[in-house]
Formats: sequence, structure tokens, C-alpha cells
Amino acid sequence: MSRPRRKLHRNRAPGPAGRRAHPAPASGGGTAGRGGVRPVALASQAAGAGRAGTKRPANSIDTGRWAKPPVELAMHGLFLLCGLLAVAAVLFMTVYMVASGGPVIAKVGPGAFLFGRTWDPEKMRFGILPMILASLAATFGAILIALPTGILAAVFLAKLAPPRVAAVLRALVDLLAGIPSVVYGLLGALLIMPLIFRLQTALGLPTRGSLLAAILLLVIMILPTIISVSETAIRSVPAPYEDAALALGSTRLQSIFKVIVPAARSGIAAGTVLGTGRAIGEAMAVIMVAGNAAILPELLKPVRLLTASIPLEWAYSGGLHRDALYGIGLTLFVFIMIINIVLNRMLKKGGVSLDS
Amino acid sequence: MTMEAIRTEAVRAGDVRLYTEDLHLHYGDVHALKGINMEIRGHHVTALIGPSGCGKSTCLKTLNRMNDVVPRVRITGSVVLDGEDVYGKAVDVTVLRRKVGMVFQAPNPFPMSVYDNIAYGPRVHGIRRRIVLDEIVERSLVGAALWDEVKDRLKKPALSLSGGQQQRLCIARALATGPEVLLMDEPTSALDPISTLKIEELMAQLKRDYSIVIVTHNMQQAARISDYTAFFLLGELVECDRTDRMFASPRDRRTEDYITGRFG
Ligand SMILES: Nc1ncnc2c1ncn2[C@@H]1O[C@H](COP(=O)(O)OP(=O)(O)OP(=O)(O)O)[C@@H](O)[C@H]1O
Ligand SMILES: [Mg+2]
Repeated sequence: MSRPRRKLHRNRAPGPAGRRAHPAPASGGGTAGRGGVRPVALASQAAGAGRAGTKRPANSIDTGRWAKPPVELAMHGLFLLCGLLAVAAVLFMTVYMVASGGPVIAKVGPGAFLFGRTWDPEKMRFGILPMILASLAATFGAILIALPTGILAAVFLAKLAPPRVAAVLRALVDLLAGIPSVVYGLLGALLIMPLIFRLQTALGLPTRGSLLAAILLLVIMILPTIISVSETAIRSVPAPYEDAALALGSTRLQSIFKVIVPAARSGIAAGTVLGTGRAIGEAMAVIMVAGNAAILPELLKPVRLLTASIPLEWAYSGGLHRDALYGIGLTLFVFIMIINIVLNRMLKKGGVSLDS
Repeated sequence: MTMEAIRTEAVRAGDVRLYTEDLHLHYGDVHALKGINMEIRGHHVTALIGPSGCGKSTCLKTLNRMNDVVPRVRITGSVVLDGEDVYGKAVDVTVLRRKVGMVFQAPNPFPMSVYDNIAYGPRVHGIRRRIVLDEIVERSLVGAALWDEVKDRLKKPALSLSGGQQQRLCIARALATGPEVLLMDEPTSALDPISTLKIEELMAQLKRDYSIVIVTHNMQQAARISDYTAFFLLGELVECDRTDRMFASPRDRRTEDYITGRFG
């Protein structure tokens, strides 16, 4: 309804209103298809003119101006443009990744590429299974440690810590979330690696970068995001839930872990996905502690994650080797999408939902 | 008879389940309750009335110690339930709150299934066996006059129920811990007239098994459903008496003004 009315008022301004009124039927639906909105506009103009005469009463809500002022329309256009731009960027990236990474996978053979155990560009062996497994192990290992730790920390900040302590800690956590990952890499190299070296020496293993070091580093990197998003989620659980739980005779901790945390579940899931996505995509810090040997992952042996090969080998790669790096890029792209979907499914299952 | 005399007589006769004695409560600098002496009789409905901000909710919450979680709260005097001081040193508040259940102004079911909402209290108190829980859930829902409406959707989210059903669910949830006293803070103020009527009818049944304290802003409601009424004003208990007597011939001028609608 609002569309034809708007047109109506634009057309109304010049000339007598009723001149072409009679031929157009008031139905509108049939005429709209042919000449845009114009005939409909005239039709409802006629109806309007017939009802109220040519003059509007002074206090009419029918102001005769456009229902949507130009600024509003322009902003609409701008928002639409930005939205389309974002969608286009994603689409373009997807197409580009598939176009540049696809052919090499086809050439090497999807089986040999994804499930080949040897990555040796000089011998033209491009199997990335060790990297896929290493990435999976590092990701899920890190989540396994970071999620419970992060939830406990978030609960502490949101519910248990004295307000002042919480304020200081919260600021620190937010600060940690913003630190560049290379700095985390340094931290890993300085603190985590020596500890693991000791363990390796004790077990008679060579002291090298390792999966364990990568996992611990990732834990430190994803924790701030998990804590900060989870805390927000926990704090936004409506107070009446807690009141009800307490009034039923729960202890404080029961009310937190049986009511509040479950109610905050989808927010916690979002935090985990966000933190994990950031950490997986991160190459630099992990390269510094992982050892980067493309062998099947073991906890205390060097591993190479999917992200590592690209920065490590890009500069001297060429030909099929460079194409294979594109292939890894595509794999990583799909990998992160799958992890996001899986995490969302796992964590949100059984959470708050009004439709089920 | 003075209030003091009525009071001691009733306590001695044994029909007072719960009473407060010189109860003062401060929220920081706000003196919210000023020496409340009030008694709640077993198997009756006691209504707390009074203008907004006079301390009704505060007084209600002292009865199951829901004020404990408020920061900077200070309470003196005593609340006595079946001869024991609720604020005594050795009191376990979780046991107290199991005995003294509470229903809030706005329905606040947990974002879980209908079943899990009701089973929450018993589970927290250590009941795990499915048959026992099933039995409690059914009994509580029947008690809250909700069973017929939800028996086929126990696994559905509680938030998918209507507002009136949600409030009865909250009553059922409170019944599931096996309380003896039920506190209700304006339980019908967020509900439509039909749901309100259902809950009022429900209270008439519930008082056979429970002692009920209800805060209400609705004079007609207080007159309809309560046996005793306590009138609060500016943190003081002005008058506490049988409802019929108080509404027919209030002893205090301020009570009369309030119930006849001259202020508040
Ligand atoms: N958590 C709190 N912190 C500080 N002051 C409070 C708190 N809760 C209540 N008060 C104050 O205590 C007084 C009594 O409040 P209370 O909620 O008991 O009133 P009420 O009689 O229930 O009012 P209403 O009918 O509006 O619900 C008010 O002055 C209120 O501002
Ligand atoms: Mg209140």
C-alpha cells in the first residue's frame, strides 16, 4: 500500500487531480505490471480525490510529501550497497579460492592430495594428510582445554569475583585478546618450548617444536576471546532465572552451573567459534613453536599445521608447487567452515531455543 | 484487644506457622522495614498490601532469606518458622527455601522443558530416580492445575507455554520441592483476567496443604482470596488482621484511607 501512495503524492502536486481519474479502475493489481507504478498511482489518486475532494484537511496524516524523505532513501541505498559488497566479497573469495586451488587438487587427484602422507615438493609429492590431521589435533586439543577453562574463568568474572577484581581482570582479558599473535609466538618460544624440551629430554626425544606446544599456545590465544564472549553471555542471562533457582533451594554454584551457564550456552558457543576461528587461521605464532615437519602428528613430535606451508614455502615455490599451496588454501578455507559448523552444532545442541 | 495481645494469643494457640519479631531491614542507607511484627497462620492465605515501595516484597523476601544475595543489606530482629529462627547461625538456607517456596511477579520458567523445570528442585535436592521424579512432576502439575494442559507436552520448552500457563508452571515448580509455606509476589499482575481467576481458584485449593503469603496491589483480590491481611506503609506494618474485619472496620485511619482508595 505504501508504495502507490508515495507515488500518488509525487504526481499530485501539479495540475488538477481529477482529470484522468475515471478510466483507471481502483484495483491496481492488473495495471501495475505494465507501466510500473504509475497507473496504479493515478487510480488510488482518483479514489483519494473522490473521497476527500481535492483539499486535505489541515490535520490530515496524508501530508502530501514523500512517505520516505530522500535522506532515508539514500541511506537505504547505502546499506543495501554495503550488504551487497560484503556478500560479493565472500562470493568472490569462494570463487577465487576454488578456481585457483581446485585445478591442482584435480591434477594431483583429490585422494592423493587430501590423503597422501608425503609432502615433498621437490619430488612432486603433494599429500597434505599430515597437515590436516595436525590441524584437527591442534584445534580440538586446544578447545578441549580452553573451553572448560574459559567457562570457569567467565563464571568467576561474571558471578563470583568481587566487582573491583572483576573489572581489573576483565580489562586484562580484553587486552590479551588484542595482542598480535607473533607476540604470543615469542611467549610460546620463551616459556612453553623450554618446558616441553624438558619433558622431551626426560623421555629421550629430540628437543623440537611439538604438537603439545602448538596446542598450549593455541589455548592461550583462544582463551581471551572465549572468556570475554562467554562472560558477556553469562551476564546477560536474565536475573529472574537465578532468583528462581535460588528460591528453589539451589546453592549459588548449582544455580550457576545448572541454570545460568546452560542458558548462556549459545553465547558461549559463539565465543568458542570466534576464538577458534581466529586461532586456526593464525599461522605465525604456531609456526614458531610447532616444528613444522609434515609428518603424522604425535603429541611430543614436530607437526606442521595447514596454515604453515603457505608462509614457509611461498617465496621459493613455483609451478605445481605454488598451485599446491593454493590447494592448501582452499582446504583450509573449507576446513574452517566445517569446524565452525561442527562446533556450532555440538555446542548449541540442547541449548536455549524457542522452536523445537 | 491490642495487636500485641492478639499476636501472643495466636502464637500460643499454635496456628501461627511463621512470625517476625521486631524485624528491621536496611538496604545500605534505606531503612526498608521498620520493626515488623507479623504473623502468618498455617493453612490460610495472608495478603500483604500497601502502596508501591512500602516494603511488601522486601518483607516477603525476608521470610525465605532471598534478601541475602542483595549487597549491603542489613537485617536485625528475627523471623521464626515453626519455632526456629530463620536467621539463626546454623540454618541451611537451601533447606529453608525448600520449605518456604516462592513464586515471582513475572513468570520465570527456566529455558528448559516443562518436565525439567519441575524436576529442577527435586534434582538439586538429590532425587535422581526417574520414577520418583515422574511422580513428583505429575503431582506438582496436578497441584498447580496445569497437568491436563501440559501432560502431552512435558518435553516441550517451558517458554512455549502461555503467560498464565507459565505462571502456573512456576507454582508447580515451587510445589515440587515439597514446601510448607508458599510466598507469592504479585503472582497475577502480569496475567490476563482469566489466568488470574485460575490462579486465585488454585490458591483457594492450595491453602488446604500450604500456608500462603501473597503480595498484591489489587484490593479486590486481597478481599477475595485472603483470610488475613497485613497493611504496610513506608516500611511499617500498620495493621495485620482478619481480612473481613480489616476491610469492614479497619482499626487504623491510614488503613481505611488506603483500602477505600483515598491514597496509594
Ligand atoms: N535491592 C535493593 N537495594 C536498595 N534498595 C531497595 C532494594 N530493593 C528495594 N529497595 C527499597 O526498599 C523499599 C521497599 O521496596 P519493596 O520492593 O519492598 O517495595 P514494595 O512494597 O514491594 O513495592 P512494589 O509494590 O512497588 O513492589 C523501597 O524504597 C525500595 O526502593
Ligand atoms: Mg514489590
